[in-house]
Amino acid sequence: MAKQSKQPMSRALQRRENIAGYLFMLPCLIFFIGFVVIPMIICILTSLTDTNMHDPGLIGGSFIGLDNFVRLWGDKDFLAALKNTFVIVIVSVPTVCAFSLWVSSAIYKMKGPVLSAFRCIFYLPVVTGSVAVTVVWAWMYNNYYGIFNYVLKGLGLIEGRINWLGDERFALGCIILILFTTSVGQPIVLYVSALGNVDTTLIEAAQVDGATEMQVFWKVKWAQMMPTTLYILVITTINSFQCFALIQLLTKGGAGTDTVMYRIYWTAFKLTEQAGHFGYANAMGVVLAIFIGLLSAVQFKLAKEK
Amino acid sequence: MKIQSGRSRAYRIVSLIILIILAFLFTFPLYWIITGAFKSSAVNNSPQPTWWPTEWVTDNFKALFKQRTAPLWEIFMPFGSFTNPEKNRVVLFAGPDAPAAFRWLINAVFMAVAAMVITCVTAAMAGYALAKKRFNGRALLFSLIVCAMALPKQVILIPLLKEMSGLRLYGSLWAVIFPTVGWPFGVFLMKQFSEGIPGEILEAARIDGSSEWNTFTTVVMPMIKPGIGALAIFTFINCWNDYFMQLVMLDANNVYTISMGIATLQAETSTDIGLLMAGAAMASVPIITIFLIFQKYFTQGIAMGAVKG
Repeated sequence: MAKQSKQPMSRALQRRENIAGYLFMLPCLIFFIGFVVIPMIICILTSLTDTNMHDPGLIGGSFIGLDNFVRLWGDKDFLAALKNTFVIVIVSVPTVCAFSLWVSSAIYKMKGPVLSAFRCIFYLPVVTGSVAVTVVWAWMYNNYYGIFNYVLKGLGLIEGRINWLGDERFALGCIILILFTTSVGQPIVLYVSALGNVDTTLIEAAQVDGATEMQVFWKVKWAQMMPTTLYILVITTINSFQCFALIQLLTKGGAGTDTVMYRIYWTAFKLTEQAGHFGYANAMGVVLAIFIGLLSAVQFKLAKEK
Repeated sequence: MKIQSGRSRAYRIVSLIILIILAFLFTFPLYWIITGAFKSSAVNNSPQPTWWPTEWVTDNFKALFKQRTAPLWEIFMPFGSFTNPEKNRVVLFAGPDAPAAFRWLINAVFMAVAAMVITCVTAAMAGYALAKKRFNGRALLFSLIVCAMALPKQVILIPLLKEMSGLRLYGSLWAVIFPTVGWPFGVFLMKQFSEGIPGEILEAARIDGSSEWNTFTTVVMPMIKPGIGALAIFTFINCWNDYFMQLVMLDANNVYTISMGIATLQAETSTDIGLLMAGAAMASVPIITIFLIFQKYFTQGIAMGAVKG
């Protein structure tokens, strides 16, 4: 049986597989090509033009080569946004991973109902919905009637009121904190199940050999959870790059919280001197896509080496 | 040995205490939304927080419902905008006027359910084909799909917008639904699940003379059911939370979703906290209820998909 399947298929059979395969793929491909691949190609093409809002057609404008990219390189606002985007990713990805690993290792041995209660609680901010979460955090951060200032002042940690979202020193941190609460839910679910699936015979063998609990954790469990960790790294990175609602609703990119995501939106739609500069905004998108691609590749490589 | 077990017990107690504190912190925003929705605006706007409402008022909900009205539902003629020169959509049936918040809720549910159903069907078929059909170009398609998964939607925002207005879908819920369906995460997940189907069963079905489609619906579907369940909930929550696409694609009150509606209220009346919390409560309570009902399948599903991945 196994030998047979390795042989090249007969031509008739291959044709049958082709037809069936593509027919099954067809509905999905219509959506995937129509609403992901084609827009991506148009995005790359328009990034090489000076298209703006008023140009008709899918691409429009005239071809200007790599001018948009050269301009981006000298655009201070864009570089600041790029820096902020990376700060968000670099701070939130490791903290989310470490935090969810710790929480999962603390809860995975608990009894069924307690375990699922904890899991649900950490998942709550995700299902509450980004806008509802943002609205309530905006209130909590509020300068005058927010509970942050009230509680911290009560504890004597701060003296005066702090305008959390308006102050360059705090705003980005405040956004990262909200992002953190909405990001740990899924990693915790994944780690809990990964910890539950670790091969117990290996743990027992290690314990018989006199390994300490820490050693068992890092040498046995952590090693076996590598695929899960990789998956979590990738989804958390993507999530952190995509944080848009928080910025659009809380600071509108002010107080040092501008990110590339928000800047693309702002360049394309907001009434500024550059309003509707689609070519330029698309160039930002292309740069971002390249960065994300590189980052994912590095993560895969690192995880594979381990 | 004894010392160690004493230490590990102490560690366990400390970590339990930290966990309980964290659990309070994670539930607090939701608690604050729900209680805030039932507190008067004087209470909400005072610098001194009221931890538990002293009196429960429904003024905020009354104010929210009075804000604006919209027909409870509207069914548009497909491609109706091509029939008149003004490119207006043609309404076939409209429901009775109701507070706009209810319309927003209906819109959001319709949008998320439609995206969920279409995604599940297309992704299950495609995932099965990628896992079990040896067609030419399979590896290339799959790597394209994996690459596209990491791509943030904001990157393709402008082309997508132009495409939607070309198709005259801009401003309708379909403009949010279709890109959600196109997102290839579901295909990836379903491929992981379909890998687990033993080839012998499919072979046996073929020898028994079952057609490809028949094999898919009667043999494959029941086997990947848990995956479809997980994908369904996942897509629903994702689509519901995808504020960005809703912001860009939806242009008028009547087609707003509840998230968009609250965001608009926030922009207009950012000082009326009670009103905002009432809106936030309306947006979050239904989806949390759905999550709690199906949470078992959901947590199992995402974990299974990842472990296999």
